Parts: sequence; structure tokens; C-alpha cells
Amino acid sequence: MTDADIRAAIRDELARLAPEIDFETLDPAVDIREQADLDSMDFLNLVTALHQRLSVDIPDADTPKLATIEGAVAYLARKGGAAPSA
Amino acid sequence: MPSLGADMEAGTLVEWLVKPGAVVKRGDIVAVVETQKGAIEIEVFDAGVVERFLVEPGATVPVGTPLAAIRVEGEPEPAEAAPPRAVAQEPAEPPPAPSPAPTAAPEHVHASPAARRLAAERGLDLTGVKGTGPGGAIQLADIEAAAPPRSSGPPGAFDFSQMRAAIAAAMSRSKREIPHYYLSETVDVRAGADWVVRTNVERPPERRLLLAVLFIKATAIAARAYPEFNGFFADGKFQPSAAVHPGVAIALRGGGLAAPAIHNAADLDVESLMDRMRDLVGRVRAGRFRSSEIADPTITISSLGDRGVEALFGVIYPPQVAILGFGKVVERPWVVDGAIGPRPVVTLTLAADHRVSDGHRGGLFLAEIGRLLQHPEAL
Repeated sequence: MTDADIRAAIRDELARLAPEIDFETLDPAVDIREQADLDSMDFLNLVTALHQRLSVDIPDADTPKLATIEGAVAYLARKGGAAPSA
Repeated sequence: MPSLGADMEAGTLVEWLVKPGAVVKRGDIVAVVETQKGAIEIEVFDAGVVERFLVEPGATVPVGTPLAAIRVEGEPEPAEAAPPRAVAQEPAEPPPAPSPAPTAAPEHVHASPAARRLAAERGLDLTGVKGTGPGGAIQLADIEAAAPPRSSGPPGAFDFSQMRAAIAAAMSRSKREIPHYYLSETVDVRAGADWVVRTNVERPPERRLLLAVLFIKATAIAARAYPEFNGFFADGKFQPSAAVHPGVAIALRGGGLAAPAIHNAADLDVESLMDRMRDLVGRVRAGRFRSSEIADPTITISSLGDRGVEALFGVIYPPQVAILGFGKVVERPWVVDGAIGPRPVVTLTLAADHRVSDGHRGGLFLAEIGRLLQHPEAL
């Protein structure tokens, strides 16, 4: 799983939640919830979708690390090698 | 055509989701209707066999108009049998007498809601479109002809201007007719927040909970004990509702607001309630509600989430008599057992109808919600 794969997954899943957002214009270092107007339920759904699509365990305590695109890519790339336990 | 709110006079049938001959049971989704509140999925009221359609897609009909004929179980085959039962619900109020053809102001364009929505989706200016409907009204087909679909856009988008008009009408009526009073109470929610964290530790994301679910559950339980905040004010008097169906306010992307109901929320365990909320948020964002969800919330809950403000002062959605507001959870210095320490707190507000209740009872209602939130494991 490359960084490009992860970035594409984030782009696709974000598009389901916020179809009007142009992914390319998002600042990868800024909180995605602010940029894409995601509420708590949206963000939980984004985490859920990434967990299911990439088969990466994402403990609840780690979800703040996915708040930016660059943070999410780094986190998911690092954990991507491990198989999910659930 | 069911009444999907006191202010609804007519609706446009968008599509049938069943075919004649289909066997349906009460609650099945059989059609999609376009109203000012967006596209709404219509549920059937009887069990039986869909005999035939009485209204075709594209037609706009008054509330109370039968949409389809359904032969209920035990009724004889159609032939010369008794007239089949109609799908349409009895309207809460008699349908308004057909008004004379609206005399449109020169610059006003007469177009069906479905046509307006399609035009907006396709970026078409209605003033340049020739209408072929009654009185020159622009219909769906006119838009199709004037602006053929380009690439496939997102389906089922809301008509935000229609929704804004519907919100304006309901809120104006509320401010005109309902003598609101407002109460506020700040509640320590450490117990609930900690419980959610502990619960989520072992769970995959699809089974995790949000604190907002506890807010809804606690409100629903408290509303049973304080019935003067749960029900409808109609025909000059209050009619309490035995069931608690909180309408959960959901902000729509791009503007607008909807508050579809979660039925019997007090009887659902928190997992089921969370599942229902996820489902609702997903569908509402996609522009789909079910008719029963729209028509019958008995109380409204507005929870602004972690990016909102600390307190909100709601406007009651008529004919309801109360709206609860939950601000965002914030860390504040709090006195517990004589010592000051940081606590997550939430400001709980109530706007309620003075024709039905008083501040004293409202305060007790808020206190009961706060008390329930101290024992999340019991919710």
C-alpha cells in the first residue's frame, strides 16, 4: 500500500461525505474537519470507511492523528503492514 | 399524498419504487415524493397488493389525494369488488380548496419543485425556459428538453431555495404563534464522556458511539416523565404524545436543516440508537428521508457537536412544543466536592411553549436530563 493508494482512499471516502469539496485544494496540514465541514458523525464515518477499505486497525484514541491528510497518510502507511485483528 | 407537515399543501410524485402487483406491508417504502423539504420516501399504511397507480410520476397533487390503490388482505380480487383502499393517509387538516391559478408577477417564474431542482442541478436559468404545464408552468420535461444531462452529477441533491422557504415559513409561524420561554443549565458530562471512551476502546470504528447518542437517549427518557414537552399543539390545545420520537436536527451540506425523527428513542439501547443516527445522517446528507420520519417528531433535539458553539437558543418547530439544545462539550473549571478541577461540561438549553408549560417544570425537565447523564451505563 503506497502513499498514493492511501491518498486516493481518503479522497474517495471524503467525496462520499462531502461531494462538493475539491480534494486537490485541501491543505494537507490543516484539520480536515475544519476544511471540509465534517461533524463528529462524518469524521467517525470517514474513520470507519478507511478502516474497512484499507484493513487497518484504528483505535479510537488514535483517531486525532487522522485529522489532517498528511497525518492520516503517515499513520495509515505506518500501520498498513499489520493485519487487522477484528 | 400524505401530509408531511402542517404547512404542506401538495407534493410531486417523483417515482414509484414498487410495481403493480407487488405485495407490500405497512411501513414499506413505495414511492418518492418531492416537497419543499426535499425528496421524501413514502411509506405505505396498509398491507396488501398494489393494485394500480392513481398518480403518475411528475404529477403534483394536493395532500389527501390517493396515490395508489391497494387491495388489502381478505379483500376480493378487483373485478367488480369494493373500491380498493387508498394509500393516502387522512390529512390532518382538510386539504385547502384549490386556489385559483396563481397570478404570477411578471418576473416570477412558475415551475414545479422538481423542475426547479433539476434546473438548479444543471445550472439552468428558469427565466429562459418555456413551460408546457398548466398555466405555462415549467415542468420536469421542459427542463429535460432545455438542458439535457451533462456528465452524471450527484443525484438527489436538495433544492436549497425551496428548503430555505420551508424553514422560513415554519419558523415565522413559530415566532408568531408560540410564546417561547428559554432555560439554560450547564451539566458536568465527565461520566458520559469517560464511559464513551471506555466503551469505544475495544470496538472497531463501525461500532463506536458518540456522546450525542447519550444526549438523545437521556432526553427521550426524561420526556416520558415530563409529557408537557412532548407532543403537539393543535386546534387550540396541547395533545401530548405517548411515544417519544425526537427529531434530530441535522445540518445539510451547503445550507439548510432537517430534523427527521428517531422513533421510540427511549426504548432503543444506545447501540441501536447510534445505528439509527448513522443511518439518518447518511440518508439525510444524500437527500432522502422517510415520510414517517419527517411527519411526526414529537420534540426536537439540536446538538451542535464539537465544532459548534457553547449554547444555542432554539426556535420551536410547530406544532411541537419544545426544542432541546446541546452545545459543544468544553473543558471548564468546575467545583466538585469543594475543590476546583477541569471538567467536560455541556450547556443544555430548552425553548418551550408557554401555552403548555412553565419555567418551573422546564427546569425540572432539564435537571432530569442532567441527572440521567450522570449514569450513562443505565441509559
